[in-house]
Amino acid sequence: MAALLEVKNLGISFGGLRAVDDFEISIKKGQLYGLIGPNGAGKTTVFNLLTGVYKPDEGIITLDGENITGLKTIEINKAGIARTFQNIRLFKDLSVLDNVKVGLHNHYHYSTFEGILRLPKYYKMEKAMNEKAMELLKVFELDGEADFLAANLPYGKQRKLEIARALATEPKLLLLDEPAAGMNPNETMELMDTIRFVRDNFDMTILLIEHDMKLVSGICEELTVLNFGRILAQGQTSKVLNDPQVITAYLGE
Amino acid sequence: MKKRNISKNVKDNIITYGIVIVAYIVIQILISAGSLSSLMQGLLVPLCVYVILAVSLNLTVGILGELSLGHAGFMCVGAFTGAFFSRCMENVITIDLIRFILALIIGAVCAGVIGFLIGMPVLRLRGDYLAIVTLAFGEIIKNIVNVLYIGKDSRGFHFSMKDSISLGLETDGDVIINGAQGITGTPKDSNFTIGVILILITLFIVLNLIHSRDGRAIMSIRDNLIAAESIGINITKYKLMAFSISAALAGVAGVLYSHNLNSLMATPKNFGYNMSIMILVFVVLGGIGNIRGSIIAAVVLTLLPELLRGLSNYRMLIYAIVLIVMMLFNWSPKLIELRKRFSVKCLIGRSKEVQ
Amino acid sequence: MSFISYLINGISLGSVYAIIALGYTMVYGIAKMLNFAHGDVIMVGGFTIFFAVSMQGLPPALGILLAVILCTLLGITIEYIAYRPLRQAASSLAVLITAIGVSYLLQNLALLIFGANTKAFTSVVTIPAIKLADEQIIISGETIVTIISCIVIMIGLTLFVNKTKAGQAMLAVSEDKGAAQLMGINVNATISLTFAIGSALAAIAGMLLCSAYPSLTPYTGSMPGIKAFVAAVFGGIGSIPGALIGGIVLGIIEILSKAYISSQMADAIVFMVLIIVLLVKPTGILGKKIQEKV
Repeated sequence: MAALLEVKNLGISFGGLRAVDDFEISIKKGQLYGLIGPNGAGKTTVFNLLTGVYKPDEGIITLDGENITGLKTIEINKAGIARTFQNIRLFKDLSVLDNVKVGLHNHYHYSTFEGILRLPKYYKMEKAMNEKAMELLKVFELDGEADFLAANLPYGKQRKLEIARALATEPKLLLLDEPAAGMNPNETMELMDTIRFVRDNFDMTILLIEHDMKLVSGICEELTVLNFGRILAQGQTSKVLNDPQVITAYLGE
Repeated sequence: MKKRNISKNVKDNIITYGIVIVAYIVIQILISAGSLSSLMQGLLVPLCVYVILAVSLNLTVGILGELSLGHAGFMCVGAFTGAFFSRCMENVITIDLIRFILALIIGAVCAGVIGFLIGMPVLRLRGDYLAIVTLAFGEIIKNIVNVLYIGKDSRGFHFSMKDSISLGLETDGDVIINGAQGITGTPKDSNFTIGVILILITLFIVLNLIHSRDGRAIMSIRDNLIAAESIGINITKYKLMAFSISAALAGVAGVLYSHNLNSLMATPKNFGYNMSIMILVFVVLGGIGNIRGSIIAAVVLTLLPELLRGLSNYRMLIYAIVLIVMMLFNWSPKLIELRKRFSVKCLIGRSKEVQ
Repeated sequence: MSFISYLINGISLGSVYAIIALGYTMVYGIAKMLNFAHGDVIMVGGFTIFFAVSMQGLPPALGILLAVILCTLLGITIEYIAYRPLRQAASSLAVLITAIGVSYLLQNLALLIFGANTKAFTSVVTIPAIKLADEQIIISGETIVTIISCIVIMIGLTLFVNKTKAGQAMLAVSEDKGAAQLMGINVNATISLTFAIGSALAAIAGMLLCSAYPSLTPYTGSMPGIKAFVAAVFGGIGSIPGALIGGIVLGIIEILSKAYISSQMADAIVFMVLIIVLLVKPTGILGKKIQEKV
């Protein structure tokens, strides 16, 4: 079976700095894939390249057979990549429910005119959106806080809401940027279950950046290790984590 | 759960409409009882103008989250295009109401189109830059109107940017827009009732927009542009939508304003950036993003100095002090901390819904 | 010949804009805020000199000194009371709107104290005019003083920023407040100093502006202030040479449009140029590109 995400020879420079060089990855549908590496290795830059925040200097990104290299962020989202952010980026003055409903934006249509005049289609679509959004919130046990302002959620729930919002856009590939950052071990365990659940129930392919090795070794089937913008090791999780080069990169000489 | 979410909005909106309607009825009773001075009665239409301006500016500042200092410019466009239409059609369309409705539509569309044209290039600028550019555009609009001469005679319309003589009108000619002298003799088609109806229409458009799919997209851009983009929200489209609708509604306010005056001139006082700033003061004091607050602030700040005639010299000074104090009170991290500790409720400056 | 006269007038007006623009650009570079009230500090400077020299009969030099001192104190006070509490505020709109409030406050205070009538400002410049080319070109004393002041201020400020410790601290704070603080720089004091210098320059600009255009009202500062901000944005905000370039170019454009196109449209043309520049290069001619980190 062909890979869902196929990246070849991806690279970008900022000024004279080679941030990502010759990056390649191939992720199969339904896989849980980890991207790890020391701080400053270029992991988030890879995410930014995949989602069109930066335009790559060279390389090709293919999603489900479609070349998405150099597309704009919103086009890439429409093509099927959604993401979360390392520093949480919620719509903090909107309710939890509305955060997810913004994610549903491109899947439930009614015109501005119908919205302002409150024609029947408005009610029909809003009802459908509410139902779908509540369904998503239930998965993340956020349905009880649907009316809260997103800013008032505790930290762990904010991270979950970001995932729910990304899923609302019905992506083929979900990118999670340090989903467990700032969580305690219990919360991390819970998050691992949630990620697995999302993969199984939403038929999702997931690429995640993480520093928490317990999480990485617990749920990722394959890993890519980045160091100084280059791939250091790639392959099955257990093999990669025992690679002496990887251990050196993490622990230092 | 979800039911409550929708019905809460509906209830909130009904209260807002209700306040306007009750205020209208109370004022009508006061007028018929003869207890409203002619001075106050003369203030009623301008009051409606300010309310519409404040509500429409709140769409840009509070809902879209971009600071515009050129709102008076859009009002100016609406005022002049609407008045121009009415002056030309005075003898053609004799039913006042129909002519006025057409003037409203023309004023709104022209202001909206200008808003769209200005918004297209400038909305990609950030914060302060956008503020200064919108201010610049407001001044440009005012300057252009001041050197604009349009006349009509048996051969049709004539246009000049020099003076009325260079229009070269026939003897039967009529100078409609006379440069800095503006437009005189606009039919007085607006009144308080029409003003209140227009307020209600403005509220209907703005409130329904906010609580719709498009409104959520607009607010998501305000809250986090990068995240909004990442989930497929078309930033340019929704920024432009909010900005143009806001401009069009300012145009409506302009038409209402110009049809209340016999002679319409573009002076710094009515269409300059001082006016834009005054509208901004209404929005800020009513609470950024709080539509009902904008209405209340516009009404209170317009009526208060008239009620306290003795203070009129100090009026702008008091505005200034209140503006500074409100901003410090609402936004200073230290004061927010203090307020949380003593849980002091803010008067009308409730800038965010507290859950 | 008249073209050369216009050009000289343009450079003169542009020099005033450049001096005002310095205040905007330094404050923007360091406090990351548009100090909307800066233009009104110019007006305060003008009124101080008017009060001291025309009303009280003090010597002009003393009047100017008083204006510089008063404006410096005013600048520091405004920053301390109105802007500092909002420095950490969540919304950048908050401080901008506060600045608009301060601008209104200064205008209306002046209105209450001095009234709305236009005051005839007596020029404090006593240098005679220079006549060139058979008196076809006359360069007024005000023009000479303005251009010289602008050059002196530009050189002085550049030296100050690059050669002194306080100037280096300013550069550091403008790069990164947090890091500067960790390096032992007193951020609050540095920002106060910036406001002090900007406001002192505004007082001088007020003196030059009112000498060249001798009418004084409470709104005298607002339009030149806005145009100077335009100049600062035009040249690239945060850049001292940018303020000079922006100011001079703007001054020339304004005077030439007044002379050859239409005096009523001059402001519109100035603003049009700003908009075009921003659309082509959103950070101005010498501005740095800023991108938000994702």
